[in-house]
Amino acid sequence: MTTSPRPGRLSPRDVLRLAGYALRARPLRVVLSALGIAIGIAAMVAVVGTSTSSRAELNRLLDSLGTNLLTAGPGLTLFGEEATLPDESVAMIRRIASVESVTAIGQLPDAKVYRTNRIPTPQSGGIGTYAVRTDLLETVGATLASGTWLNDATAQYPAVVLGARTAERLGVGAVNEDMQIWLGGRWFTVIGILNPVPLAPELDLGALIGWQAGRRYLGVDAQITTVYTRTDPHAVEAVRDLLARTANPAQPNEVDVSRPSDALAAQAAANTTFTGLLLGLGAVALLVGGIGVANTMVISVLERRAEIGLRRSLGATREHIRTQFLTESLLLSVLGGGAGIVLGSAVTAIYATLQGWPTVVPAWVAAGGITATMIIGGVAGLYPAIRAANVAPTEALATT
Amino acid sequence: MSRSAAPIVTLRGVGRDYPGGVAALRDVDLDIDRGQLVAIVGPSGSGKSTMLNVMGTLDRPSAGQVVIDGFDVAELSDRELSALRARQIGFVFQHFHLAPGVSALENVADGLLYTGAGLRERRERAEAALRRVELGHRLTHRPHELSGGEKQRTAIARAVVREPALLLADEPTGALDSHSGEGVMRLLLDLHQTGTTIVVITHEPVVASHLPRQVSMLDGQVVDDRMAVGL
Repeated sequence: MTTSPRPGRLSPRDVLRLAGYALRARPLRVVLSALGIAIGIAAMVAVVGTSTSSRAELNRLLDSLGTNLLTAGPGLTLFGEEATLPDESVAMIRRIASVESVTAIGQLPDAKVYRTNRIPTPQSGGIGTYAVRTDLLETVGATLASGTWLNDATAQYPAVVLGARTAERLGVGAVNEDMQIWLGGRWFTVIGILNPVPLAPELDLGALIGWQAGRRYLGVDAQITTVYTRTDPHAVEAVRDLLARTANPAQPNEVDVSRPSDALAAQAAANTTFTGLLLGLGAVALLVGGIGVANTMVISVLERRAEIGLRRSLGATREHIRTQFLTESLLLSVLGGGAGIVLGSAVTAIYATLQGWPTVVPAWVAAGGITATMIIGGVAGLYPAIRAANVAPTEALATT
Repeated sequence: MSRSAAPIVTLRGVGRDYPGGVAALRDVDLDIDRGQLVAIVGPSGSGKSTMLNVMGTLDRPSAGQVVIDGFDVAELSDRELSALRARQIGFVFQHFHLAPGVSALENVADGLLYTGAGLRERRERAEAALRRVELGHRLTHRPHELSGGEKQRTAIARAVVREPALLLADEPTGALDSHSGEGVMRLLLDLHQTGTTIVVITHEPVVASHLPRQVSMLDGQVVDDRMAVGL
């Protein structure tokens, strides 16, 4: 009794070679049908990449700014009027353990700012004048774009430091010796311009003068409107709880305490809704791409009946044929997915570089992209592969 | 009974009906011994292609028994038949069926793909087979760079590369001019001299007349089976 013949096994390398031959024979079709998947994957990688990059930028920003700044501002009184904080609040907050530095600013609502004294009164441009202490800079983490900051001497004279947006709005590019602006009905010399202050954005549209200068030249003694407090990073919450009561023991309910770094993080979180939408669009593109691959494979099976018949005559089993077509489909969509990952990463890199962000494409996105395309390729190739395997060899060979 | 003494092909009462009531083969009895060179000749529609498919195990008969190389086809699964073809049966087609865009060497090496041989062995044996059909100078040429006769010789190399017990050729000269056709027939005769069992299907009595045994078919039946005198 002779043993029944057993079919030979194809090595994975042979299977890949077969699939590669077929794809190389029709390069344009490969490009077009892989394009859908490439676009889908690229969109998803770019969306995740840019949002990750922007988060990385935010984290970097928060790291450099510190998340330990607390802002205490006067809220509204029970009667709906704007409250102020008592003068002693700064000294009292400083006595809280874990507080590293405290400073205060007081808004001067009547002191309007103009580029020159020729500008009509209503066109004040929304710029706020603030009386500030000389230690403001370190506490809020602000830096100078040009010029100098107020010192004990200049704080007593009509000298002003402009916020970044104020300088822009007034058209003050850089500090020079006789740059003056019209503030509160008299000339003030511009001695410095700040960079944007992410943790205290209200300063960006401000004109900052010394507390004594306000008293001496504008005739008003500014009331404290905001207290900035730097704490030990580990004691932020504890200090936060104490801040209102300490700043205004008589009316703690009139004090608004906030943590500006939270606002930045919340802003970043708000963007995720948009990210979800874009991801959904990417998924739709991916689905359409998968249908494109399935379509290509179905046509390929119809066109290649003679090849299937020949391979069957050479001894290929149904399983061999099925594996060959399934591998082709997988290879096709993985090629698309690979191109998509490269494309999406490039888009992320370009966008992040233009924004001045670090470029971050998480590894899980690339891994997820390849996995998704494998699944798509498998599903798209399954039906065509089964059809190919069921082609009757005699019929296939008779077609030519 | 030793296997090598038994006929390579035994057909007993073989019939093949197609849906619609067409009987392509009717009650065919045929033995082909090892080492024979047989022509199956008949007009189109006489059932000779069906005969080739049945002998090549690409098609199963509706009735009767088919024994190829000692294996009863009815007892083998589709997988096992594929394996039998991979090792024992070589096909040559009228239209060559070479893969475009792939060199002659790779085309011939593909003849061994489903035998389980490794890539290096396949290429070495493919090169030897191409030299045997006198195409040693055409290894890297692609099918579109070959003449018709060279294409068919490449296809023959692909069929004989695994040294099959049975070589089935379906109108091997049908798509060739007479000169190339003669070359192909000479090659088949050479292969026969070295011991390969060959069945050639043709509708041209002239081609058949050069071969030692001629089986004539008409309307699905064998009507004549003769040995050429002196061979």
